[in-house]
Amino acid sequence: MAVLLIAEVNGADLALDATAKAVSAAKALGDVTVLVAGSGIGGAADAAAKIAGVSKVLSADDAAYAHGLAEPLADLVVSLAGGYSHIVAPSTASAKNALPRIAALLDVMVISDVTGVVDADTFERPIYAGNAIQTVKSKDATKVLTVRTASFEAAGEGGSASVEAAAAAGDKGLSAWVEDKVAASDRPELTSAKIVVSGGRGVGSEESFGIIAALADKLGAAVGASRAAVDSGFAPNDWQVGQTGKVVAPELYIACGISGAIQHLAGMKDSKIIVAINKDEEAPIFQVADFGLVADLFDAVPELTSKL
Amino acid sequence: MKVLVPVKRVIDYNVKVRVKADGSGVDLANVKMSMNPFDEIAVEEAIRLKEKGAVEEIVVVSIGVKQAQETLRTALAMGADRAILVVAADDVHQDIEPLAVAKILAKIVEEEQPGLVIAGKQAIDNDMNATGQMLSALLGWGQATFASEVEIAGDAAKVTREVDGGLQTISVKLPAIITADLRLNEPRYASLPNIMKAKKKPLDEKTAADYGVDVSPRLEVVKTAEPAGRSAGIKVGSVDELVAKLKDAGVV
Ligand SMILES: Cc1cc2nc3c(=O)[nH]c(=O)nc-3n(C[C@H](O)[C@H](O)[C@H](O)COP(=O)(O)OP(=O)(O)OC[C@H]3O[C@@H](n4cnc5c(N)ncnc54)[C@H](O)[C@@H]3O)c2cc1C
Ligand SMILES: Nc1ncnc2c1ncn2[C@@H]1O[C@H](COP(=O)(O)O)[C@@H](O)[C@H]1O
Repeated sequence: MAVLLIAEVNGADLALDATAKAVSAAKALGDVTVLVAGSGIGGAADAAAKIAGVSKVLSADDAAYAHGLAEPLADLVVSLAGGYSHIVAPSTASAKNALPRIAALLDVMVISDVTGVVDADTFERPIYAGNAIQTVKSKDATKVLTVRTASFEAAGEGGSASVEAAAAAGDKGLSAWVEDKVAASDRPELTSAKIVVSGGRGVGSEESFGIIAALADKLGAAVGASRAAVDSGFAPNDWQVGQTGKVVAPELYIACGISGAIQHLAGMKDSKIIVAINKDEEAPIFQVADFGLVADLFDAVPELTSKL
Repeated sequence: MKVLVPVKRVIDYNVKVRVKADGSGVDLANVKMSMNPFDEIAVEEAIRLKEKGAVEEIVVVSIGVKQAQETLRTALAMGADRAILVVAADDVHQDIEPLAVAKILAKIVEEEQPGLVIAGKQAIDNDMNATGQMLSALLGWGQATFASEVEIAGDAAKVTREVDGGLQTISVKLPAIITADLRLNEPRYASLPNIMKAKKKPLDEKTAADYGVDVSPRLEVVKTAEPAGRSAGIKVGSVDELVAKLKDAGVV
């Protein structure tokens, strides 16, 4: 069995954590070749070659792959797919964009958000916002899957795979990149952070999110948000944690002013320790919290920040 | 331009899902069903494009059990013009996989020749997030997934997409597939007069066989289980107690 793993690339850099977690899942399936596609990605390809368990890296360095557009990336992967039993990627926004396209071009189903590998054909994945875990056995010749990074440990360093150039597969020009609006941040990335501090509708405004950010900065944490906080404009879309946002499983998750809707829990209930700060003692978030504090967050969060 | 919007009938997002004791699936008998929330957003976007004059006709399509009629009527009451129901299952527990759905939709696209398909980003039952991308592959069209803003500009759509690092704007040539994310719009409610009017709008009924598509699943469901439970911990009385607990647990 041979696995083609599509590395997550941000700009020209390897997203090491997401890629290394997908490598952990893929290693159980066979020999792992990592495809790094992008523009000016020599360094990223070298970094992928150092992940333990990677046997080969294919580097597709071409302007067509600079912005992760699904159509040229899918054509590239399909051009390389022969000989691989599995095509795997971490469940990032870019992989969720491209992998179903790749699967359809190969006339196979995609298996999204895999949380467990049972055997080479059989996988576990959450459905209904994590309210049920389905075990599915694929009948397809090639298995195309995205793996949920929160469910796998990152593979370590220490690999020394060879790096080969892969021929680009052209660009039909179906879509074109216009611009990215990506806020630079010194905080850790949400899906790899050890600690996440999240705010919900209870935080009340974009300015008040400052007290959430202050606690996060004190702890070296990432900042998350509920859908209600994002919809209300208190927080940017990429902070959303949940069924249709990011899925996190940090050592510590602190939910402030979040009620605990099932769609939010779907994104954080595998965290090791959950703290909830909410002024409503009946809030459902307390049913999953290890430590619950019934309090006004405008008092409790600054106090917590000062006492840590 | 004509717009096609695929809408799926799913368990209502407020319903507490129960896994059947024998592990064969989730209990959907006598459970409230609704239009997939992302599809309401897709229908709303199509209506807004029509109100702006960029679109002339909105055709909604649902694939599944006969009861998906209700979902189509809801879309018609919101403002869609015409509906196509493709009956592909008779058991409400049988989910048609995104690949088969995309194949049926591709045939309908060939017949209807829309300039744009707006789907939801994800069905909240199977959580696959796949159909729009698959349809776009089968048609050889461009795709703009996870849209939070759509602007039709001549023979292209300028779409802002919600991505992991923030937002990305792309321009996709028409015809194309767009999938709707949460922030694209806030869907309207259908008014009572519009619900009445919707009863008279055309709803065509077809079967998967009419399109020659094999809907048998590629993924065999071996079992469906409850997730590992998580029990409530304790309530702490003060911030000081919380700090002490977190220190004890070694996480701060
Ligand atoms: C299709 C779909 C997808 C969705 N996807 C997601 C998702 O990915 N992620 C997500 O989070 N949600 C998602 N949702 C939304 C979800 O159903 C809830 O609406 C949302 O999570 C609620 O956010 P909230 O807890 O911040 O707001 P609310 O439910 O309004 O809760 C606010 C909480 O703040 C508390 N509070 C208020 N003031 C204070 C104060 N001063 N101090 C302390 N506590 C205070 C209140 O007691 C309350 O419990 C989705 C919904 C749908 C339909
Ligand atoms: N059976 C179906 N009938 C109509 N539309 C569907 C169906 N299944 C999926 N879709 C569309 O595809 C989107 C994504 O669904 P999925 O790929 O299953 O997560 C949905 O939001 C719908 O717009």
